Amino acid sequence: MAKLDLNGITTDVDVSDDMPLLWAIRDLAGLPGTKYGCGVGLCGACTVHVDGKAVRSCQTTVGEVSGAAITTIEGLDSAGDHRLQRAWRDLNVPQCGFCQSGQIMQAASLLAENPKPTDQEILDAMAGNVCRCGCYQRIVEAVRVASTGS
Amino acid sequence: MLKYLEKTVMPNILIRKTSRRGFLGGSAAFALAAYAMPADAFPRWPTGGESMPNGIVEDPLIFVSIDTDGTVTLVAHRSEMGTGSRTSLPMIMADEMEADWDRVKIVQAEGDEPKYGNQDTDGSRSLRHHIQMARKIGGAVRHMIRHAAAQSWGVDPSTVTVENHEARSGTNRADFGALAAAAMAMPVPAHEDIAYKSEDEFRYIGKGRVQITDLHDITTGRAVYGADVTLPGMKFAVVARPPVVGGKAVSYDAEAALAVPGVEHVHELPYSIMPTQFAPLGGIAVVASNTWAAIQGREALDISWDGGPHAEYDSATFMAEMIAEAEKPGIILREQGDPDMAFTDAARIVSRTYTQDHIAHIPMEPPVALASYEGGKLEIWAPVQSPYATRTGTAEALGLDPEDVKVNVTLLGGGFGRKSKADFVTEAALLSREVGAPVRVQWTREDDVRHSFYHTTSAERIEAAIDETGKIKGWRHNSVAPSILSTFAPDGGNQFPIETGMGHVDMPFDIPHVRCDNGKALAHTRIGWFRAVSNIPRAWAIGSFVGELAQELGRDDLQTWLDLIGTPRTVDPVAEGYPESFWNYGEPYAEFPIETGRLANVLRMAADGIGYGKDVGDGEGIGLAAHRSFVSYVACAVHVKVVDGRIMVPEMHLAIDCGFAANPERIESQMQGAAVMGMTTALNSGITFENGAVMQSNFYDYDVVRSDNYPLNVVTHIVPHPFSVHSTGVGEPGMPPVPPAIANGLFHATGMRKRHLPIGVEI
Repeated sequence: MAKLDLNGITTDVDVSDDMPLLWAIRDLAGLPGTKYGCGVGLCGACTVHVDGKAVRSCQTTVGEVSGAAITTIEGLDSAGDHRLQRAWRDLNVPQCGFCQSGQIMQAASLLAENPKPTDQEILDAMAGNVCRCGCYQRIVEAVRVASTGS
Repeated sequence: MLKYLEKTVMPNILIRKTSRRGFLGGSAAFALAAYAMPADAFPRWPTGGESMPNGIVEDPLIFVSIDTDGTVTLVAHRSEMGTGSRTSLPMIMADEMEADWDRVKIVQAEGDEPKYGNQDTDGSRSLRHHIQMARKIGGAVRHMIRHAAAQSWGVDPSTVTVENHEARSGTNRADFGALAAAAMAMPVPAHEDIAYKSEDEFRYIGKGRVQITDLHDITTGRAVYGADVTLPGMKFAVVARPPVVGGKAVSYDAEAALAVPGVEHVHELPYSIMPTQFAPLGGIAVVASNTWAAIQGREALDISWDGGPHAEYDSATFMAEMIAEAEKPGIILREQGDPDMAFTDAARIVSRTYTQDHIAHIPMEPPVALASYEGGKLEIWAPVQSPYATRTGTAEALGLDPEDVKVNVTLLGGGFGRKSKADFVTEAALLSREVGAPVRVQWTREDDVRHSFYHTTSAERIEAAIDETGKIKGWRHNSVAPSILSTFAPDGGNQFPIETGMGHVDMPFDIPHVRCDNGKALAHTRIGWFRAVSNIPRAWAIGSFVGELAQELGRDDLQTWLDLIGTPRTVDPVAEGYPESFWNYGEPYAEFPIETGRLANVLRMAADGIGYGKDVGDGEGIGLAAHRSFVSYVACAVHVKVVDGRIMVPEMHLAIDCGFAANPERIESQMQGAAVMGMTTALNSGITFENGAVMQSNFYDYDVVRSDNYPLNVVTHIVPHPFSVHSTGVGEPGMPPVPPAIANGLFHATGMRKRHLPIGVEI
């Protein structure tokens, strides 16, 4: 049995320490906003925050995050109105939408560390998050809008 | 605001700040004239939709319901995989109905074509086939509301205005909710009796002002995709499938898998051989209490595989064979004029062969499905492009009556053609029946890359006969590629009209002597359709070849394209020697002919957009290509730059003529997506086989374009048309011109000519 601090709620999950956090979040804690895309840390669909920093939950074990504060897309903002979520809506960013939780979580971590990133910093920070539909232009624009307000 | 719309080059798009959903909110931006709409606002035209399986259903009572609180519920019967059809079709209904978009709720239809009409969401058909149906349904409901209001007030219907979710006549006013029951009980009017809106009265249609239906859910993690439905007692499964199609397990260690904590069952699924149709490949399923346990259990299976009849498939050897085959005459499909004479008399002949590896779709959501079999009934929740074929297919696989199968369609985390094939759903259904519990089958990314229905591999040989003045007099094009047909029937090695109609026999250039032939190539893996299908290798070959002709003749690229397209003409397929079986994307040719002026027009628009002819730096170049597909015309003008050997695209202009643009904002998003997937197709995507098995596995060796190198500034140009110019495809036609435009730009940047896809990310 492991205890996870998920979106501010302590959640007991009956798993071994070596289970990737992704599957504990999805299958046991029942929070489906965090997505499986590759299982090897190369697509970013499973991005969550651990103590405020973006990590790939498929490459992080339950044992490694014991006692840490884990935030998923469901917990990013209680009203779902984080400035990035608003910017995403203003720009109608998604196509299929599947990668977008990971994209938003990655961007939120970037802005928490670097509130006014340059365009190059945005491109570099988001390069680990794949969007097969090809929404990059609007994703980058939305991060820019959220960081600058315009 | 929808900032991107400002960059879409289309007149009359207004940007308004808005609240959570509707971009016009509840404001009555304009008043409609009462019942004085032009009778001819909407003349109907035939489409291929009527001859699709189960056709088109236009009954408003099937698609619309209105609650007493005024909530209008609209049914989306097409699958949403990112193209926006779940937004655009209801938006059209709502507009024609004068429903306030903020008070519209959308529900997804289950797989039931006898009820809803055709639901196969592929072929770029959703708007092309359903824009008329959506207007008719909306118009019929508005008519019914008007007549219900007139009856309840005892006034003449001609005095009733229906506007912005309300009916009015004199001092009488009623919200849709108050009229709901009476309106929906009115007789459904015939098309001729409906007073449609005129185009200047559209609120949403053609404006591109609405947020996509699931935007709030997507941005908060609440949108429901295939792996997001759970049932009490549900089990989690993964399957170890044969590496070679038609192979089977010789031995495996079930005990070792069962020893993994959480693993509950190991079950061998029946195998399939080619032609597999959509049957699962078979293999060893591991069913567990969570996905991770199932994955761990599968790793413990230690399977020994027998490869079966395709274990020799080596795609490099096969490519050499296809190239050789393309140099020999194939079955003649199109013969115009006297091509042999043109080549005999030619002052000069230019011949080139263009090739492509297989492609896997890799939607961000790998295939996944949940099935629950209980008491002879099956219920499914899955991200499928073909909900009704999924229903009939799983029913057949389990020996059930389709009436006993229910298919609930979740959002699709991308599809691109992969999720038209519901092998993954049948796996879940078989396993649910086997273990007596609901089962979710999750494909890992490795499963997805290795067990797809692959985009075909191809060799396209084109020859041009040039006379002494430099005019192109003759054209021969031999297309060699394993056919999609091989997935459905014993393989004869030749392509069928749906494939040869995608840019091969319908080559639109004004050349007097043309032969299009098809050499044989047998399939050794499951061939399926990938976004834009055979148009990708054809546009790649023809678009690159035009660039090479310009080079050989010492001419400008744009002028070479325009000379080949010639003066604007409507192609006469009979006069130009097209085969009798010519397939025009399923559309009646008279309504959707090939109009070469539209191809030239988009090419000029894209070229103008990028500033064609401008000076670019060393190691930079501008490339062009244009292609008609899915009855739309798209041109790509791209600025290519090579930096430290890395191919980069600082700017791309895509010009599309898709007839009337019902939702320009989603058209733009599709063009932006096509730019990215087109660049991935050009540079990255190559599936290869050795010993019958796929050599790639995950993003390590099958990568895609990412934010550190994507087409940075994609500008979309939409040719404006009135509603009477039939809406045509959008989801796919953006793709084909992108790879050849990049190759042509790369040539101008470096002097290097690439003739194989993928080119590679570095040169």
